[in-house]
Amino acid sequence: MKKLTSLFSNSRTFQSVLILLIVLCASTSLYLMDKSVTSFLLLLCSFLLLYYTTFSNWIKWGVGALIAFAVIPVAASGGPSQQVYMEVAVMAGIYIAMALGLNIVVGFAGLLDLGFVAFFALGAYVYGIFASPQAQALFQNSSIFPLGGESFWLFIIIGALVAALFGIILGVPVLRVKGDYLAIVTLGFGEIIRIVFNNLDKPVNITNGALGISGIPQPKLFGFTFTQSSHIYFVVLIVLGFVIYAVRRFEDSKLGRSWKAIREDEIASQAMGIPLVKTKLWAFALGASFSGMMGVLFAAKNQFVDPTSFTLLESITILVMVILGGMGSVPGVILGAAIISILNLQILTEITLFLTQNLHVPEVFSPAKMQRLLFGLVLVGIAIYRPQGLIPAKNKTYKIADLKAKLTQKKGKSKETTTSI
Amino acid sequence: MQEILSTLPQVLLDGLTLGAIYAVVALGYTMVYGILELINFAHGEIFMAGAFIGTALLFGFVDIGLALNWVTLVLVLIFASLLTGVIGVGIERVAYRPLRTAPKLIPLISAVGISFILQDVVRFVAEYKTGNYIVTGQTIFENKIAIPAFSVGGYEVHASAIKSNTLIVIGIAVLIMIVLDIFVNRTKWGIAMRAVAQDRATAALMGINVNKVISLTFFIGSAIGGATGVLYAQQYATINPFIGFILGLKAFTAAVLGGIGNIRGAMFGGLLIGLLEVFAAANLGILTGGALGAEYKDVFAFIILILVLIFKPAGLFGQAVKEKV
Repeated sequence: MKKLTSLFSNSRTFQSVLILLIVLCASTSLYLMDKSVTSFLLLLCSFLLLYYTTFSNWIKWGVGALIAFAVIPVAASGGPSQQVYMEVAVMAGIYIAMALGLNIVVGFAGLLDLGFVAFFALGAYVYGIFASPQAQALFQNSSIFPLGGESFWLFIIIGALVAALFGIILGVPVLRVKGDYLAIVTLGFGEIIRIVFNNLDKPVNITNGALGISGIPQPKLFGFTFTQSSHIYFVVLIVLGFVIYAVRRFEDSKLGRSWKAIREDEIASQAMGIPLVKTKLWAFALGASFSGMMGVLFAAKNQFVDPTSFTLLESITILVMVILGGMGSVPGVILGAAIISILNLQILTEITLFLTQNLHVPEVFSPAKMQRLLFGLVLVGIAIYRPQGLIPAKNKTYKIADLKAKLTQKKGKSKETTTSI
Repeated sequence: MQEILSTLPQVLLDGLTLGAIYAVVALGYTMVYGILELINFAHGEIFMAGAFIGTALLFGFVDIGLALNWVTLVLVLIFASLLTGVIGVGIERVAYRPLRTAPKLIPLISAVGISFILQDVVRFVAEYKTGNYIVTGQTIFENKIAIPAFSVGGYEVHASAIKSNTLIVIGIAVLIMIVLDIFVNRTKWGIAMRAVAQDRATAALMGINVNKVISLTFFIGSAIGGATGVLYAQQYATINPFIGFILGLKAFTAAVLGGIGNIRGAMFGGLLIGLLEVFAAANLGILTGGALGAEYKDVFAFIILILVLIFKPAGLFGQAVKEKV
């Protein structure tokens, strides 16, 4: 095993051969077999392997994009269960993006948000209300509603803005006081949003109450409607790509470094001149906006929203993704989100099916019902034994010599300019 | 006005009952926060576990043919509180103690995890034993005491009824609060607890066994939480594994309202929130002309929490604490 890992980390040919082999094997078996969860998982594992190769970042991203955009959709299209795989991939993508959003709040800024799904719900309902016939009922004498599927692209931005706005409204009173209150306030907020959406069918019917809003249009672009999961998949990929890019940029920016400083020591960072409330509010609003964005996507994919999709369990699920993968670590959070969402959507249901159908185990023992136990164990276990998560966060390192060289260069330049003047 | 007033006695009684329950649960939050500066998310679940343990014991008593009366209630209360107390100490030992020096976020996460584990374990046991996780238990004191209708200054006041159980809930809750207050303020262990809450390191230097005191705090907090669970199950008959979550949230609000870490404040906060909630549930529809109904009663505690945090973060009776560097 040790030999193998050393071989893997030293030889690039070995790396590329291994990945090629895995991708080929997994995709052909996925293409040929009707329903093979194993090969689907193997295909996804190639991303993880890719992350650990020693190629330059450009090659990694290129190959990753190739697998995501070309290999997976083609390989999955082989059998009748194509839409099942694509559905799982779409949901995993949505969860990954949300987990990355939560990672800004929990991982970078160190603020515990237990009601993250509220922002997801806001995004979903904003699109759901205005794009579906629900809006017609709301504004009876207006002819612009319902906005069709073409408005989806605009609503991705609107959803993000609305969620960010609510994040700020909630954050302003809470972030001024101690950090631990935030956990309980967000917990309450998540619950309140659900209750409000559940009851906002009177006096004016805005959300259609517990029945939910149906008939939400699917995204449309130049006359093409994204009807199937395999179509939405590409939308999710593009949004996810944007989210990953944005999060990475934020992480190394001045703002990102202030978040981490606050996480490590509030008082010291305040003494260094970081505005505490403003920086925390940014984290809160940005994290919320990613969640709102994915809410819009979720509503468009399901064509239906109702309050039961936005329970506390969902918030905790996203938190588990961040904690499992590693707080503050972008690749870790992606891995954690992928593991948990695939576990939730495929593996647990498969095991449950197998147990109840083949072994006739009573339904009480079905693992699909034990999500809470599972998540609880993950949270406690990680907190005690591996608080840094599966892939620990790495801070960008700066070589002092390089920095000094840059500095002297700059100084030299500025001197030149001053002397020339 | 007439409508509100006519139901007022019933509202006050129900509010007081609910408030007493919130107050005792809030004590658990406030004690643990006072000593460890940790929001013990699992406390609501301990309350819920108490309710289930009590119900299970009563079912057991019925099975072996014991009559349900005063003695059984006291037995159940003692057993359930001992058990939940032990659970609380166990949770502290397993999930919080190893993390005492970790960054603040980590024990919070562990607490959330524990609360989820407790929920699911109870749900599993209940579903395994009864086929449904919503359980309707045995009520010991069911007879009602009627208060006749009367009129005050021209206003009709409707007749109201108290379950005799209500008196028991309020009585026991008040008893718990008084005993706890005496314990914390007058006994040696109580002094040790306050000392540890004030400064753990110095308390240790003074010869106080800090770990023991923290365990004791968890035991007491969890035991009274579990006992309240039993009372809750008696009062409202139907319980499920998820009652602890929203009730815990409200009890925590009560603790913050009274000034977190302040035991008398938590009692007052609990009563206030219970009264407000029942008042809102009964009269929100009347006050808003039917626009908002009783569904929004859960929103109230939350709005109070936000308002307290904006205007008086230290709570009504708390002192603003400067962070130590």
